Amino acid sequence: MFDLSLVLAGPYRDLLVAGLLLSIKLTAVTLVLALPLATAVALLRLAPLRPLRWMGFAFVESIRNVPLLAHMLFWYFGAPELLPETLKARLYEGNFEALSAVIALTLYTAAYMAEDIRSGISAIPAVQREAGRSLGLGYLANMRFVILPQALRITAPPLISQTLNLWKNTSIATVIGVAELMYQAAAVESASFRSFEPFAFATVSYLSVSLLITGLAAWQQRRYPVRPA
Amino acid sequence: MLELIDTYWLYFLVGQYPNGPLGGLALTLALASLGLLLAMPLGLILGVARLSPWRALRWPVTALVFVVRGTPLLMVIFWAYFFLPTLTGAKTSQFGTMLIALVIFDGVYLAEIVRAGIVGLGRGQVEAARSLGLSHVQALRHVLLPQALRHMLPSLVNQFVSTIKETSLGYIIGLSEVSFIATQINTQVFTKPTQVYLCLGLTYFLLCFGLSRFAYWVEARVAARGRRRPLAGAPA
Repeated sequence: MFDLSLVLAGPYRDLLVAGLLLSIKLTAVTLVLALPLATAVALLRLAPLRPLRWMGFAFVESIRNVPLLAHMLFWYFGAPELLPETLKARLYEGNFEALSAVIALTLYTAAYMAEDIRSGISAIPAVQREAGRSLGLGYLANMRFVILPQALRITAPPLISQTLNLWKNTSIATVIGVAELMYQAAAVESASFRSFEPFAFATVSYLSVSLLITGLAAWQQRRYPVRPA
Repeated sequence: MLELIDTYWLYFLVGQYPNGPLGGLALTLALASLGLLLAMPLGLILGVARLSPWRALRWPVTALVFVVRGTPLLMVIFWAYFFLPTLTGAKTSQFGTMLIALVIFDGVYLAEIVRAGIVGLGRGQVEAARSLGLSHVQALRHVLLPQALRHMLPSLVNQFVSTIKETSLGYIIGLSEVSFIATQINTQVFTKPTQVYLCLGLTYFLLCFGLSRFAYWVEARVAARGRRRPLAGAPA
């Protein structure tokens, strides 16, 4: 009844594997872009100046309270209208779907990660900050050498769990036509008139990478336990 | 922008209703409310089963939780979309498909909240209850769940926010919830995609931000009540 060789060999397998690789690539690129952005936003949220704190708050809340799908639709359909014609034409020549997906995923992931980094920094006792400052370090130098190295250790487990969410969220890029795993599974479904096999392939792939990330979290917690300050 | 809102606000809010099926923001809210309401009993059962002393119950439920949490919601929706008709023999509506996918997905996430609530009480509670002669089920019913569920209230409001955001995926199977309606409006107007999708984002924002502020308020109230009336014998 079920013929798994349909998706384990031949052209359909190539489509699905290409989709899986693109999903992984989307995750990796987003992660690289989102981490520094999230750190910057977290620092804004904790800045000594009220307008800066307010900017960080506005960024996090305005992004987290809108579904990722609406972000994708906005960046793909809505945002290009704001650009001048020549730039727009050049964008549409390239892979504009993937670009919009990466922008939406990066902002969305960074908003969540910023909150995790912020609570990690807040968990560092005030005496650490005071000690750093009294040694003559400025606000940024103190963050860089005293607070962040400790905070990142506390923050690693929630950041890994956000990476897991990011991995699952890449599937939503299918709505704007990015040929990632979910898109390819649906494409194989409509080309072959078989739904079980491509969906089983996609489910097992999503699950395997998810378990890998969960395993990474467990390893990280054993290898780098949080040191009491 | 104002002209856009003036022309399409009713369509945005309720879809074609009353001349057709309910849609738009009203459908989003109906789907999220019904989904969460039905997911709650499922979450309670799954959460308790995850801590059951019987392996035959604990293992399959644990496996289900791992599988659902490791796959995207979209995958669950696709499975429901393509396989419910095979299972039931009848064509399932888009609303029914989305509702079932949401109930399963949210049920599993709520199960983890229930489980964490019970585990967070500590071993002492269950040991005390068992040593008073209560069975496992009685201990859950009279000692553990009443305490665990009270602390879950703010998480439930936050889960409702997540559920509202999840309903947007109904777009993919053609359910006429608010994101789908916004895209239809965009196709009809054609010249104002930026405004249309900004309105969509703003709508979600007002709804979800308002609710998450409400969750903070509930959390503060639950915490204040806990301080006023501490549980007898609970560690300070």
